[in-house]
Parts: sequence; structure tokens; C-alpha cells
Amino acid sequence: MEWDWNVVASVTPSLLKGLIVTVQATIVGAVLAYVLGLVIAILKMSGNKAVAFITYWSSEFIRRTPLLVQLYFLFYVLPDFGIFLSPFVAGVIGLGLHFSTYTSEVYRAGIENVPKGQWEAARSLNYSAYHTWRFVILPQAIPPMFPPLANYLITMFKETPLLSAITVVELFNAANIYSNSHYKYLEPMTLVGLFFLLVSIPAAMIALKIENKYKPLN
Amino acid sequence: MNEVFIFWPIIIDGTLTTIKLTLASGVVALIISFTVGLARLSRHWVVRAIATIYLEFFRGTSAIVQMFFMYFVLPLLGVFLPALMAGIVACGFNLGAYGSEVVRASVQSVGREQREAAKALNYTNFQLYRYVLIPQAIPVMIPSFGNLVIELLKLTAVASLITISDLTFMSQIIRVQTALTLEPLILIMVIYFILSSILVSGTKWLERYFSAGRNIHKSGGN
Repeated sequence: MEWDWNVVASVTPSLLKGLIVTVQATIVGAVLAYVLGLVIAILKMSGNKAVAFITYWSSEFIRRTPLLVQLYFLFYVLPDFGIFLSPFVAGVIGLGLHFSTYTSEVYRAGIENVPKGQWEAARSLNYSAYHTWRFVILPQAIPPMFPPLANYLITMFKETPLLSAITVVELFNAANIYSNSHYKYLEPMTLVGLFFLLVSIPAAMIALKIENKYKPLN
Repeated sequence: MNEVFIFWPIIIDGTLTTIKLTLASGVVALIISFTVGLARLSRHWVVRAIATIYLEFFRGTSAIVQMFFMYFVLPLLGVFLPALMAGIVACGFNLGAYGSEVVRASVQSVGREQREAAKALNYTNFQLYRYVLIPQAIPVMIPSFGNLVIELLKLTAVASLITISDLTFMSQIIRVQTALTLEPLILIMVIYFILSSILVSGTKWLERYFSAGRNIHKSGGN
């Protein structure tokens, strides 16, 4: 099997188009995951036991089942109930929902890792709930959340090829379509891997920088 | 729902395949985790460099791409892996990269005085790792490994895309055969949930087993 540069030249344009879809799906999915994760984290810490219990187990159910199956669910089951989503929208919702269960843990851990003494200090200074959160808890809880949230962004980027299973033409699917019609597998698949590395290695370096910047003080 | 239950033999088959795939690639991942994780701590820069390249390559690309590469591209290069083997290798190699970071970080988290004590006792490097560092690092690894093994179970669903007849693959067969969508997908999600919950409780048990009588310092907290 010889490496053929002509194949590279002819497949690259469609791969770049796919890469754009991949990046779009990652960004929209990540925003969804960050927002939904916050909602889940708040509901999990709710004083209402029933709400906390239901939220905990629903998010565990999502976290313990494969994203691929959830994507099939959104794509094949919802239309039976009259909800028609485009593959991209279904994919992004699946991605965001799945990873919101991860980000919710980041938020929860960030808040719980603020030492008890800080809560007690705020209380003894007669801070209101708003002032406690705004000036004592959140300023200490938020910075350590950045590194794991950045890492989940990279993870989501690498999970987007699953969207190909519900016919989204992102980077991986673009290569697959080309491979199947031209019967060339070596170049497109290798290029897909290369494209992923080209994005994820610099991204990982940035994440590492963020991690060093927001390292919790021991 | 009855129409789905007619298919129970293939559902059981699929469940067994998923379990087999998870266990086999779990063993591969564990071996790689320790090999690569310890290699990253080597004194020789060549060893460290090779381990880092492995790590960045398998962590930096998508598992599904790796799987397709092993199933569709390797045969063109003269390496023929049956689908199940390609799935095991891809899942194991991918998770092994993540696991190696767990091993490395846990070994590094063992207190410096432990290394110094071993040095003072004239331990060889092998003895240092075998009797001092690794036994203390294992309890630290367990919770992270527990999370990874669930990731692994979920990753095996992707193997259905390279024609491995696991649980997800079977659900697609049922969906196509019966035109039912809700029932087969809910059914396999529940099976996946049960399998991961078993893994979660297994990890919790291991955590208790390994931390019995030890005082483990967790990062964060009060």
C-alpha cells in the first residue's frame, strides 16, 4: 500500500469542511454542557431530598450509559414522539447532555472543596447568603474548576466523531464517505488522526497552562 | 415490548460480547497503564520520549478513529486483525493512555520522604518501585481507575461500528427488524446502566479493601 499524495489533495477540502462542523459541534455542545451542568449541580445540592435524589440518579444514568446509544435514542426515538431534530442538533444535544453530567461534578467538587471554615467565617461575620456566595465561596470555588472544564472541552472534541453514527458529516464522517466511495482508506483515516492531533495537542498544552495558573494552593 | 423480548438470545449474546470486550480490553489497558505510566518516570529520556509519544498519540486522537484505523487501514499495511481483536486492541490502547497518567500521577504523589527512606536503606530502583512506591500508589489509583473502567465499558459501544456484535449492535438489529425504537434502546441502556453500576460498586469495594488500615491523603478537602 503506497501513500498517494493525489488522494491527500482530493480529500483535504472535504476534511476541512468536516473539521469546521466538528469544531462547531464541540463549541455548541460544550456551552450546553457547561450550562446544563450548572443546573444539574444546583439541583443535586438542593435542600429538597426528592429533587436531589432524582437529579442524582438521572445524571448517573446518563453518565453510566454510552453516548453512542444516547445519540441513537435522540435520533431514532424522538421522531416517534413527533420531535424531529436535525442530525447536528440531535448530536449537539446528546454531546451536551452527556458531558453536563461530568461538568456538574466539577462544579459540585469545586464548591465542596471550599473549606468549612470559610462558611463559618462568613456566618460569624454576619454575611448574607448573597454576600457569602459572591465574596467568599465563589471566588475560591471557581478558579479550580477551570482546568477540568478545559479538559472536558478537549474530551468532547474527541467524542464528536460519534456524531457520524447519526449521519452528521463531521471530520471523521467526511473521511469515511470519501473512503467508501473511492476505496482509499490509508490517506483519509491517517489525515483524520493528524487533524485531531493538530487541534488536540495545542489544546492540551493550553489546558496545562490553565492548570498551572489555577493550581489550588496546598 | 414482547416483540423485543423475542430477541432475548441475541440480547444475551450482545451483553456477553460487551462484557468480554470490556474485560479483555481492561486487561490490555491495565498492562499498558503500568508500562507506559512507569516508563514516563524513567531516568532515560528515550524511554520517556517514547512513552510520551504513545500517550499524546492515543489521548490526542479519537477512539473511533483509532478503531477504524486498526480495522480498515492496518489490513492494507498487511496486519489483519479480526473485528473483535481490533476492538479489544483499540479500546485497550486508548484507555491505557489515560490509565498511564493515573499510574504516573499516583506514583508521583507518594511522599518524597518515602523515596529518601528507600535510598537511605540502599534499595535498588526496582525495590524502590516494587516495595515502596507502587504499593502506596495503588490505593490512590483505584478511584480514578474506577472512573476509567466505566469509560471503557461505554467505549465498547463504539466497537459496534466496526461490526462487533455487542449490545449496541444488537439493539440496532432489533430496531431494524421490528421498526421499534424506544424499547430496544431503553432495554440496552438499562443493561449498560446495570453493568456500570456493578463496576462502580466493585470499585468502591476495592477502594475499601486497599485503604483498610491506611491513612490516605486526598487532595483538596479540608
